[in-house]
Amino acid sequence: MSEKKFLSGDEAFAEGVRLARPQVISAYPITPQTVVVERLSEMVERGDLDADYLHVESEHSALSAAIGAAAAGARAFTATSSQGLLYMAECLTYAAGGRFPIVMMNANRSTCLPWNIYGDQRDSLSLLDHGWIQVYAENAQEALDLALMAYRLGEDARVRTPVMVCLDGFALTHTYETVDVPSPAEADAFLPPYETSNRFDFEHPVSIGYTAGPAYNRYYKQREHLDMLAAAQVVDEVEGEFARTIGRAYPGVVDAWHCEDAEEIVVTLGSIAGEVRDVASRLRAAGRKVGVLRIRYLRPLPGPEIVAAVSGARAVAVLEKDVSFGAEGTVFTNVNSALHRAGCPVPTRNFIGGLGGDDITEGQVMQIFDALHQVAGSDAARVPDVTFLNIADQGGER
Amino acid sequence: MALNAKTLSEDEYFFGHKACAGCGAALVVRHALKVLGPNAVCALPAGCMSAVGFNFPQMSFANNAMITPFAATASVLSGIEAGLRARGGAPDDAIVVGFAGDGGTADIGLQALSGAIDRNDDILYICYDNEAYMNTGIQKSSLTPYGARTTTTPAGAHAHGCLTEKKRLFEIVAAHGIPYAATASIGYLNDFIRKVDRAKGIHGTRFIHVIAPCPTGWGCAEDATISVAREVVDCGLWYLAEYEGGRFRINKKPKEFSSVAHYLRGQGRFRALTDGEIERVEAGRDETWRRLAKLEEL
Repeated sequence: MSEKKFLSGDEAFAEGVRLARPQVISAYPITPQTVVVERLSEMVERGDLDADYLHVESEHSALSAAIGAAAAGARAFTATSSQGLLYMAECLTYAAGGRFPIVMMNANRSTCLPWNIYGDQRDSLSLLDHGWIQVYAENAQEALDLALMAYRLGEDARVRTPVMVCLDGFALTHTYETVDVPSPAEADAFLPPYETSNRFDFEHPVSIGYTAGPAYNRYYKQREHLDMLAAAQVVDEVEGEFARTIGRAYPGVVDAWHCEDAEEIVVTLGSIAGEVRDVASRLRAAGRKVGVLRIRYLRPLPGPEIVAAVSGARAVAVLEKDVSFGAEGTVFTNVNSALHRAGCPVPTRNFIGGLGGDDITEGQVMQIFDALHQVAGSDAARVPDVTFLNIADQGGER
Repeated sequence: MALNAKTLSEDEYFFGHKACAGCGAALVVRHALKVLGPNAVCALPAGCMSAVGFNFPQMSFANNAMITPFAATASVLSGIEAGLRARGGAPDDAIVVGFAGDGGTADIGLQALSGAIDRNDDILYICYDNEAYMNTGIQKSSLTPYGARTTTTPAGAHAHGCLTEKKRLFEIVAAHGIPYAATASIGYLNDFIRKVDRAKGIHGTRFIHVIAPCPTGWGCAEDATISVAREVVDCGLWYLAEYEGGRFRINKKPKEFSSVAHYLRGQGRFRALTDGEIERVEAGRDETWRRLAKLEEL
């Protein structure tokens, strides 16, 4: 039987990791991830979780130790945030290229400089191209469930790719909610033990993580790409199995809210989606045809699903907590690419907010919908491509 | 029967690689694996031995083996050890062993090594020291000795090569209170074999720092690897020692050192050294041996 608990996002994720039964945990503390590794160490100490807990001396070692464990055929877990994620960045491509289905929680946090421990998504979005599946949780329940589903997804023989589960720092990691915690029996019914042929074998010794020169390299890289693309379909299968065994349904790589008849749609990701839906529901009650598309998986890029959700709209906004300096928001680039490839002409605008933990207020969300209304009407030229929320001076035009 | 070069296994575990002629590091890996056997699981960071041993589709290890991120030899070893234990079913003589160069150990890999020793993870770490970043084409590391010319410590009018002394890696490792640490030279093969065998029988973190000449980078003949690796011990610029149970032991104390000048003058990398600088090297050697004597008394 499952159990209701009052948990923060970090604590809920730790419960999910416990139920996933990783055999090796290697972790290094960083705010706002720290609670996860504290709770896991307590679970190991109590004997609630039979895992080897490696107190590594850095994030680089946290992920490289997980890689070693995975090469030995063990299920491995680590967690990090912000500068810690950037410090282990070279190991991200290593885990992905080695096809080690490690699961890592990232507490989304601003990146230096200036120093800032609060939430935005610059850290994970800047590493979008490092070969990891990236999924963004909206609430603590989804975070817990993703801990379990991430292993099932990444370990699937068609995918064999590491998974980064992103939780907004503080807004999600430190906010308490009532969470349904599955029983170990339920979790075991959903997630079988990890079995792989991609590991050391004493009967038939293997070389792992070797060199492949120009004559072979492209085959490895294409395989990595194709298997990541295949993960989108596997997400649906995994969520179907999760619904059958645990009893909670999830909507696939994107979560579309009233998009089918919406004229103006805000695309976003992570914990802010709830607030955007609250504002949108008030607007709908007032007769405005608005919708919200929450991107859950940003890698693999849910291009067809984004197109399907927004292609009937007259204007689309992408609200995100990051910027690729000198370009635009990274999610905006990805959404535009998906629309362009599909020949979808809907006009799009980018809204960047929440940087360094800045509040994105309901008033600002209302402004975004109002701006979309302008774009959908005759005032499109008055809404710039990229707008920084909560700043009066938008700087020079280019 | 004591394990030595005569009684060592005839089996080969590291072959068909593309190491340079006379490579000392290849001898380190080859002989260590003869001691450790087929169930050793190897991890090697970026460096000469990974560059020459893992070129798909030509794999050179008969053992399970992998390349690690450069800084991560020790942490990957820790992960492998934990993973094998968690999975169960590994043979009783399975041992997790790392082979990393001087740069991969004393520079970029030192933090991860320190972490592994702190946790006392059950791993064997072997540093093959060819005294520079040889794989990238002879650049200075923190184990490059004073006076050695490398491509980043060129010998010119203002400097005659490397201006820093060799980092005291063995003492740094011992200061962690590690269960077993040793220095060795591939020129004293039986001593090296004995130390690998000794390390094999100990649990916890074990470390061996072995001098492995690189004819390409040192500027010596390809068939001089062994003699140069002996001479560096004989002239006192390297020492054979162990640290176990909190005690230091010097394994070989030459009654009289052979000529430092002969050792240095025999290698192209020291060509620019003046007689005065050679005297400085000798003085440094004497200081090291005074310190070693004190360590042995601890």
